[in-house]
Amino acid sequence: MSETASSPRLPAPGRAAQRLWSIIALPLISILLALVVGAFVIVASQLVLPGAQFNLLLPLTAYSALMEGAFGNFNAIVGTLASTAPLVLGGLSVGLAFRAGLFNIGAQGQFLLGALGAVAAGVALAGAPSVVAIPLALVAGFLAGAAWGFIPGLLKAVSGAHEVVVTIMLNYIAKAVIAAVVGGPLRQQGRSEAITPDVGNAALPIIVGSTGHAGILLAIIAVIFVGWLLFRTTLGFEIRTVGANPDAARYAGMRPRVVTIVTMSLAGGLAGLAGAIVILGVTHLMTPSFGTTVGFDSIAVALLGRTNPLGIVAAALLFGSLRSGATLMEIKAGIPVELVDVLQATILLFLVAAPVLQRLFRLRGVKSGLDTTATLTRTYGGEASVQ
Amino acid sequence: MDALIQALYAIPIVGLVFQLGGYIIAVGPNVAPGVLQAATPVALAALCGVMCERAGVVNIGIEGIMITAAFVGWYAGVLLAPVLGTADLGPFGANPALVVALVIALVSGVLISWLHAWLSISVRADQIISGSIINIVALGLTGYLNNLISKTSPNGAGSFIQYRPPHELTDLPVVGWLLGMFLNQGPIAMSVIVIVVILQVLLFRSRWGLRSRAVGEHPRAAETVGIDVIRVRYRNVLIGGVFAALGGAYLSMEATNSFQQEMTLGRGYIGLAAMIVGRWSPVGAFGAALLFYSSTALGNSIKFALPSGDLGTILGGLPDQVYDALPYLLTIVILAGVVGRSIPPAADGQPYEREATA
Repeated sequence: MSETASSPRLPAPGRAAQRLWSIIALPLISILLALVVGAFVIVASQLVLPGAQFNLLLPLTAYSALMEGAFGNFNAIVGTLASTAPLVLGGLSVGLAFRAGLFNIGAQGQFLLGALGAVAAGVALAGAPSVVAIPLALVAGFLAGAAWGFIPGLLKAVSGAHEVVVTIMLNYIAKAVIAAVVGGPLRQQGRSEAITPDVGNAALPIIVGSTGHAGILLAIIAVIFVGWLLFRTTLGFEIRTVGANPDAARYAGMRPRVVTIVTMSLAGGLAGLAGAIVILGVTHLMTPSFGTTVGFDSIAVALLGRTNPLGIVAAALLFGSLRSGATLMEIKAGIPVELVDVLQATILLFLVAAPVLQRLFRLRGVKSGLDTTATLTRTYGGEASVQ
Repeated sequence: MDALIQALYAIPIVGLVFQLGGYIIAVGPNVAPGVLQAATPVALAALCGVMCERAGVVNIGIEGIMITAAFVGWYAGVLLAPVLGTADLGPFGANPALVVALVIALVSGVLISWLHAWLSISVRADQIISGSIINIVALGLTGYLNNLISKTSPNGAGSFIQYRPPHELTDLPVVGWLLGMFLNQGPIAMSVIVIVVILQVLLFRSRWGLRSRAVGEHPRAAETVGIDVIRVRYRNVLIGGVFAALGGAYLSMEATNSFQQEMTLGRGYIGLAAMIVGRWSPVGAFGAALLFYSSTALGNSIKFALPSGDLGTILGGLPDQVYDALPYLLTIVILAGVVGRSIPPAADGQPYEREATA
């Protein structure tokens, strides 16, 4: 423990702390700044709203109601975990694709298709024993999402169509597919409104509190799986190499086209699994307008978590608690739940503008906000991604 | 010969194609104005894409610019209507509040474009990420504000209305329906064709156009002959923002008279596809947008007036959502099929770093 003042080398714990700081500094600053911006938005929105009383302390009321809604008591914490689980899976989906240099904006569509697959299988197996019904419904969700991810992967590999535009289009198509299927083949007989039957025995068991379904465990398993896949397997190495430098990957004998297709399918499957646990763990049925913010939150989760599985867990917890606490905020402070969208957007904005933050706060030796994006814009437009 | 035609009709698919052709010719003049209306916001988005990408800046954030302008235009109208009044000014149903609100909407589009320009040109952030995040920011912020404001259920400044061309023009043989398509429109939809033609000429025949294209193809070479690459890129992205904002304003100030959350419905992205199909030229992009929305207009027409025969039975059996999803499906199909053969500006999406001034 004898450290000389002249030595620039820090002791091991100090170095670890410094390393941790270099990773979390920018995300942390972005979050804090976003909360400040959010406070300004809350104050300013009182000016927009005619007839509202002007209250400078409203941001404090709003934020404390948000915290109370997310962590105020045992049930609130369990609810936060339940809304975190799909975000973890969605974040892994976007993060995994990002590692391969693919921007999966389509997590929303894959999420919807996964939910549709799970509800279709769940309804069909509603009477079967849970041991059979639950795994099959989850697999159906995974496969449906994977199929929705396979399409942009294939198109990118074969014709160079950029995955950002293709996946956004697929998001809208997924919405139409759900409306058509829930209003058509899956519609429950004898009901005036279009709604599917209950998934019955395929519903996930509640393992903690009143809303803590087993999907939380599944999210934890997925984190371990993706971490293992990325850092301990050949495929993971290929994914990371293709993302960092497709030319080098090709030179080393890898097949970037195949990696693109496999990664997008896996990413789609993970997002589909997120949809499956929302259906099987929370709603147990589907309406034609089924949809949550999970798909778009996933993008923020992945970028804030630096596409690292553990970082994604932390970021998903943040957004899970924001989403879960927002309802109480709306009740207590009258601030629309969409404030979370504003916070999320601002965090992302600060992450993109990271070089400016670095200069502003004189951060040296801090990792930039977003890395491994070498191939994103390069493959835009006509150039086939990987020849 | 007759036997051949008989044989052709006997093949089921060919018979259907003939029936579809007949149906299109029959309903064409009626749906034509609707095609231009549906295509207007997409064409304007595509023009924004052309402006940006010809100068080497990829702009995925068009969707965000559009939704911002749609919201700002509508809400400016709400605030200005009591101040400036809504007295009728001319043939388009324009009133002072509406016109000023439109200008404010365009300014808001320029401001959002400025953010994208700053992030992608000055900060040199990844342009795809910058654009995508602008979309998330704009959708989130407009959704939040709309939720706050709609609690008071405010009255807007109304909307621009369509011009009714005289019957002598639209009843002309052959060209009558074309005149009707372009004249039976509100001011924004009518202006699109003018903007497209002017932009096409400027881009390929003017000094500004040559400079823009030089900056998009080979910025280093452009700088060596004295062109300020950064300035040209900023200028093009900002002007592009005006077009995208016009497309957004069209949605909330001409097509409807109110704002709805996420009312752009991916039109910014469809515009990018139209730009690619049109090979980064204004006229081509406009044509592609018209082509995309012919399918939607046809779908709407099929919902109301089912064609007769086998074709009607088949089309009538499809769920409505098929027609809703048609422009998105077409976008994907065309992107996958055409992109391989159309070539973007060489420096598209590459941040530019000035040569060190030694």
